[in-house]
Amino acid sequence: MNPDFGEVWVYLSASPLTALTTTLVAYLMGDWIYQKSGKMPILNPVLIAVIVITIGLTVTGIDYWTYFEGAQFVHFLLGPATVALAIPVARLLRTMRSGFGALAVALVLGSATAAISAVFIAELLDASEQTVLSLAPKSVTTPIAMGIAERIGGLPSLTAVCVIMTGIIGAMLGPYVLNLARITSWDARGFAMGVAAHGIGTARAIQINQEAGAFASLAIGLNGLATATLIPILYSLWQWWGGS
Amino acid sequence: MLIALTQLLFCQLMGEVIARAFDLAIPGPVIGMSLLLVALLYRQSIPEHLETTAEGILSHLSLLFVPAGVGVVAHLTVLGNEWQAIIGSLIGSTVITVLVTGWVLQRLHRGASHES
Repeated sequence: MNPDFGEVWVYLSASPLTALTTTLVAYLMGDWIYQKSGKMPILNPVLIAVIVITIGLTVTGIDYWTYFEGAQFVHFLLGPATVALAIPVARLLRTMRSGFGALAVALVLGSATAAISAVFIAELLDASEQTVLSLAPKSVTTPIAMGIAERIGGLPSLTAVCVIMTGIIGAMLGPYVLNLARITSWDARGFAMGVAAHGIGTARAIQINQEAGAFASLAIGLNGLATATLIPILYSLWQWWGGS
Repeated sequence: MLIALTQLLFCQLMGEVIARAFDLAIPGPVIGMSLLLVALLYRQSIPEHLETTAEGILSHLSLLFVPAGVGVVAHLTVLGNEWQAIIGSLIGSTVITVLVTGWVLQRLHRGASHES
């Protein structure tokens, strides 16, 4: 290799600038493909960006933590972005005069369904108990999910991976499922995406429709609280059932 | 823009402080969101600068998940030899949850509007 280029490469592979630029370029590529396809949900921009970057890291031999040094500046913005979700929620709550009961029912049923169906299917497919417990909180936002997993004896790192995968699966398949089931109202579509697929589902909903985005934003916060309360209760019931 | 960003970060900071001080399982940003929500509902109006900044950040919310998504691929080994069960459970459960939540809400809201 040309020595000059070697020097440049050493700088590039370690500089946060490269990781940051790569993240944005990969995402723009993903978004371009998504828009060109006529917004097919299966061509999720996050998934495309993740695949492009992973291929890039594998080819160049750069490890994930070196990449994350730069990408953390994007990752950091998740915090203020979560706070910013208060704005669509406030707008929604100010115009909403009724229907709170319906939201509460959908929230509790959705939250319970997410946990119970994940556990049930995993049990059916012969997963180990630790894996089953790690899967239970997969529909809520990562830090809450990891906390719940730790409390009931799951593996928090496995939960973190499952949460992100759930978000991408929800964003990819959710719109198709909602269409098939003829769920057409924007409030129900948004709320379902937020409950089932947390922030990634919400990000999708925000880009599709303002009302859906507001209901999805509301769903993330509420589902975090509902699941954190519900799973320990379901878990002790399950223990009691299994123990007797 | 700068004022709005400062307000968002301030709410997050307060949220992190509260989460740590009271050892809560709820993450700081989620508490920060609740604080901002209470403030906005109390004010009865949403300042325009906050609205534009929030719209700007939230329209690219998907982008912010990319680094964590790459991390998932880097840590796929945690799935171990149970990956089929895990992926099956994730796909099945996510589809069922979207269906149940959406169906229940649409059903109840339609019911309510028929009554009125």
